[in-house]
Amino acid sequence: MQQISASLKNAAKPSVWTPFNIVAGIIIAVGLVLTVIRFTGGLGAVTNLDHHTPWGLWIGFDLLCGVALAAGGYMTSAACYIFGLKRFHSAVRPAILTAFLGYALVVLALHYDVGRPWRLPYPIFYSQGTSSLLFEVALCVFLYLTVLFVEFTPAALEWLGLKRARNLVVRLVLVLTIFGVLLSTLHQSSLGALYLIAPSKLHPLWYSSYLALFFFVSSMFAGLSMVIFESTLSHRFLHHKMDEHHIEQSHGVAISFAKAASFIMVGYLFMQMIGLAADNDWHYLTTGWGAWYLVEMIGFVALPAFFFAVGSRERNLRLIRWTALWAVLGIVLNRLNVSLVAFNWQLPADQRYFPSWMEVGITLFIVTLGVVAYRFIATRMPIFYEHPDYKEQQEE
Amino acid sequence: MEQAFFTLQEFMTHTKAVVYLLMAAALIGLPLFWLFLTGRDEKKRTF
Repeated sequence: MQQISASLKNAAKPSVWTPFNIVAGIIIAVGLVLTVIRFTGGLGAVTNLDHHTPWGLWIGFDLLCGVALAAGGYMTSAACYIFGLKRFHSAVRPAILTAFLGYALVVLALHYDVGRPWRLPYPIFYSQGTSSLLFEVALCVFLYLTVLFVEFTPAALEWLGLKRARNLVVRLVLVLTIFGVLLSTLHQSSLGALYLIAPSKLHPLWYSSYLALFFFVSSMFAGLSMVIFESTLSHRFLHHKMDEHHIEQSHGVAISFAKAASFIMVGYLFMQMIGLAADNDWHYLTTGWGAWYLVEMIGFVALPAFFFAVGSRERNLRLIRWTALWAVLGIVLNRLNVSLVAFNWQLPADQRYFPSWMEVGITLFIVTLGVVAYRFIATRMPIFYEHPDYKEQQEE
Repeated sequence: MEQAFFTLQEFMTHTKAVVYLLMAAALIGLPLFWLFLTGRDEKKRTF
């Protein structure tokens, strides 16, 4: 009898030693050790950064890719609340959560990257460099992270049972969405504009006076692709947390987002060609750098655009989901090309930057923190389902 | 082979001309691509 009750107890309580927990635990433990080294030994102790390349992997991946891939938040909420496409409603909360965690981790990564992280609030509260693009980026990220936090709170307040506070925040949703779109337009483009200061360092195929526009437009399809990719992972691992309404809407969301992403990607390709034509950079296409540029443009923009189009025409969800991963990798490649690969392209190979294993380790640590936080929130709060107490309100 | 430009006027005339041609291609190409994208969608009844 005792044996039976013990085995029943074990069956009811799932083991903590799952493959995900073990891998995430190891990465976080190593990340914590690296964090101690970073904050006790300084940037030189963990990074390969130097005077030629003061912005490395933490800016190129954690910040630029993090911000671009978090664009799904403003794209989805704008589609739902500003353009009135209520059929995307079920995708709003997961997209806002992804965006909120994405931006929170961008700010966390900045603490590692700047020499004196305790001075991060200075541009906002102490010394405003109003002629600097970096000030605009700092202000927008600070404000947008606050907006995303408020946009995310209804899920947390529903979970905590704080009805009055939740109803108050829900009334602000349209204002917050408009504010979010405005701030995203500003800083997504300004992140590209930051590189306008380095025409002699960035390869001409990636440098363009339209760089701000390229970053903004590519963030749109990055966000849409990320929503599809994140939804794919959620369906695989958190399917049991989804209600029927969410599952019903998710196919339509993927097909419509793929269609939108495909159209924007083709527009982006035209813009890239116009950028090449305006600076008369065509002759670089026949060089090795040109081949790498064409890999990015054809392999990671034109082909995903085509497969998104075919997938949405034929309502082929499997094709759309794989293409979303492809497009996400394309955005990562683009941001790394601008910030690292094509940056300082004229330097001899031995003076070029390559991230140290500790930089890669801290990046992995930050991404893992995001995945763990996402799973923690999505398994507890009403992200993929409507809270029973508010079901009628949300259907209105 | 890279084309030689002797004045800014020549450079601007050439690059602007190519940009205008690309703009025309985009104005024709994007609506056609939209038709390809939405070709199999159910038609909305407007009556």
